[in-house]
Amino acid sequence: MTHPTLDPRTPAFRDAVHPGINAREDGARGEGAWRSPTAGEGWRWRRPNGPAAAIALAALVSLIALLPLGFVAWIAVQTGWDTVAALVFRPRVGELLVNTLLLELATLPPAIILAVALAWLTERSDLPGARLWAWLAVAPLAVPAFVHSYAWITVAPGLHGLSGATLVSVLAYFPFLYVPVAAQMRRLDPAMEDVAASLGLGPWEVFLRVVLPQLRLPICGGALLVGLHLLAEYGLYVMIQFDTFTTAIVDQFQSAYNGPAANMLAGVLVLCCLALLGAETAVRGNERYARVGSGAARLPDRRRLGNATLPALLVPALTAALSLGVPLVTLGRWLLIGGAAVWGPAVLGAIGQTALLALAGAALTTLAALPMAWLSVRAPGRLQRIMEACHYHVGALPGVVVALALVTITVRVALPLYQTVATVLLAYGLLFLPRALVGLRGSIAQAPVELERAAMSLGRTPFQAVRQTTLRLAAPGAAASMAMVALGIANELTATLMLAPNGTRTLATEFWSFTAELDYAGAAPYAVLMVLASLPLTFLLHAQSKRAAGR
Amino acid sequence: MTMVFKHLARAAAVTVVLTGSSLTALAQGTAGSAADDGIVVYNAQHASLTQAWADGFTRDTGIKVTLRKGGDMELGNQIVQEGAASPADVFVTENSPAMALVDKAGLFAPLAADVLAQTPENFRPANGHWTGVAARSTVFAYNTAKLKPEQLPKSLLDLADPSWKGRWAASPAGADFQAIVGALLQLKGEAATASWLKGVKDNAKPYKGNGVAMKAVNAGEVEGAVIYHYYYVGDQANTGENSKNVALHYFRNNDPGAFLSLSGAGVLASSKHKAEAQAFVKWMTGTKGQEILRDGNAYEYAIASGVASNAKLEPIAKLQAPKVTPETLNNKAVTDLMTAAGLL
Repeated sequence: MTHPTLDPRTPAFRDAVHPGINAREDGARGEGAWRSPTAGEGWRWRRPNGPAAAIALAALVSLIALLPLGFVAWIAVQTGWDTVAALVFRPRVGELLVNTLLLELATLPPAIILAVALAWLTERSDLPGARLWAWLAVAPLAVPAFVHSYAWITVAPGLHGLSGATLVSVLAYFPFLYVPVAAQMRRLDPAMEDVAASLGLGPWEVFLRVVLPQLRLPICGGALLVGLHLLAEYGLYVMIQFDTFTTAIVDQFQSAYNGPAANMLAGVLVLCCLALLGAETAVRGNERYARVGSGAARLPDRRRLGNATLPALLVPALTAALSLGVPLVTLGRWLLIGGAAVWGPAVLGAIGQTALLALAGAALTTLAALPMAWLSVRAPGRLQRIMEACHYHVGALPGVVVALALVTITVRVALPLYQTVATVLLAYGLLFLPRALVGLRGSIAQAPVELERAAMSLGRTPFQAVRQTTLRLAAPGAAASMAMVALGIANELTATLMLAPNGTRTLATEFWSFTAELDYAGAAPYAVLMVLASLPLTFLLHAQSKRAAGR
Repeated sequence: MTMVFKHLARAAAVTVVLTGSSLTALAQGTAGSAADDGIVVYNAQHASLTQAWADGFTRDTGIKVTLRKGGDMELGNQIVQEGAASPADVFVTENSPAMALVDKAGLFAPLAADVLAQTPENFRPANGHWTGVAARSTVFAYNTAKLKPEQLPKSLLDLADPSWKGRWAASPAGADFQAIVGALLQLKGEAATASWLKGVKDNAKPYKGNGVAMKAVNAGEVEGAVIYHYYYVGDQANTGENSKNVALHYFRNNDPGAFLSLSGAGVLASSKHKAEAQAFVKWMTGTKGQEILRDGNAYEYAIASGVASNAKLEPIAKLQAPKVTPETLNNKAVTDLMTAAGLL
């Protein structure tokens, strides 16, 4: 279970010399022999077995992660081509495609421009209060998207359709772009800009031709994240009267449960996600962005805004007013109207259930991501990359697709699991596996492999060695992963609505049922609690992105 | 290898211990306990109404009631898929089509004669597999500043006319609207329904929920909406902020738009608590249950045990509702037609 470089002999060499060594050793050795291997035989079992166990576990998780996608394919085959064609090639699907496409096209450019402008102002200009504005640019993440739309529909009841959906989407999701773009801006090497300026480029040209191209990766990554969220979002668009595939699937689900029409819409939605992933890969390109040369880059200068300070201040101020002011003022107003009456014991119950689900889901998801995270750092390879893709793709699937798959699978072939906490947790695990993986992988990569080796040379078994060294060092990363997963679960709506056991009441579902009855005052406490629970995690995320940039 | 798995098993055990307590707590808070000492009700009716019924029932009998929330068709289809393994003891809906669906699958246990006797024959299916518990009337809620009484549609069918393009709203994904379409299908046949739905697709603005549609009427975004009566009555009794510019138009004359939709309740054949489940249905249709309709804030029509409806409602006799057979309302045909029309 160690890195291949531990042993001077390559795996290929070992396999050539000792074919079938694993099988023999596994069968023959007693436990005592495992605990105190002599130095000579240590290498023979350590390496092959460790990865093998981790690979087996990661493969199992990968297979489970393939369930929703496999299910969509299976249902398409089951339904038969004629029905598929009738359900997919119809004007309604065309409308939804156009809506979805327009939404992506209308939301992404303004979100990118806003994020880049804010990032430049907070990181590269002498804007007064830059640090405060930076925090305020991240904070909207703590407001779940459907709370954003609830606030906006209160302030502007006439808001609807594409324009309304675009406005709220940009405000709710631009921080996903701001965080990586700002982090990248912090670590850009100003020498490149100096060279460009010395060659006669003006400030705008330097920005467009030197800075902007270096922001390509964070913009692509952030835009992909926003794009996937737009595909998956449900609550936001229901309130704003805008139909996307996700809202149409829920409509079908409510009208005909898990019928073929719902599943075919899910199939098209999956294709949309894959198209988005493909587009991101194509746009991202494979240029090199790392600086060449020795030494560290100096800190970038902050450009003086001078007379432009006041108008420049308007950008973050207006953004904060729209993305934070509107939700907070609305929530405050509804809280006042609701008074003490809305804070019944039901609120407490919802907090408890949400916390339990979030805790259990976060622990299980992080544990499930562990083998893959360890493998991708310590033993990368082609098989590992494929399995990693299996882990990641499921996070791009909308909750409604995962939930629909699990509803049908459990109700048809695993009825005892149907409507149980186990199934909800499985859905959470699938949806948030990538979040857990990202945090874990980063922190495992920072734990020196030498410690594992040293531990094993002192007689620890591979698993003990990993547990006592790497896992301990990775604990903060694991905690961050768990926090990110827990945050996702606390705000998850669609899958919870469709899968939760009888009587489940989370903050999100309670908020949703109150708003469905137009009882906005009754819904306010749940929204406030979701925001309060998310705030610390949002700040943690911001702090992490700063640390990753080394500043 | 065994060693590695042993350690993994230990790690897994730690996680299980970590999460185990929370899972147990969750299970206790949810279905686990309910199955043993009470009944599970799949409730598609308004949560507050069924909760009031359940609370009254528990107070009188000591039998606990656990509610699962969902839409009519969502829960109806769910029961059909669950089949004999359904955890539900009682199914309560807002409209009849979901009851018809479950009945067609043969999943209802016949109601006892004394339960049925509480509801007049015209408010329950002839086969006695389920019963009506409440009723709601289709209305055209309109903005009084935008429409004069003489401009109102004479029939629900008029709304498919091109002159109504973009002027009215509906909530096509909701069970309420689908029940109305179901009645239309029964009364006028498939061809007329399909062509009316085509008009709906062209003319109506789709909203999510009848309350939201009424809010849009109130705000003047549309001139009118096809909804049920109680959204208006309830809002008027409350703050009136979503209905101050709204009035109700009843189609009457046995028009499909005068459809009176029956909310149903039935006991599942798979229930392991049939006696308690029958008792709950009996309680809902009994005097106390119907008085909750009369005195509470549900504003649906009381139909059983001779209890009068809330005085704020248009008298049921004046609605001139068309005669519809609730047990043959076919929502599968409706959703297929609506899917074909591009409404779903």
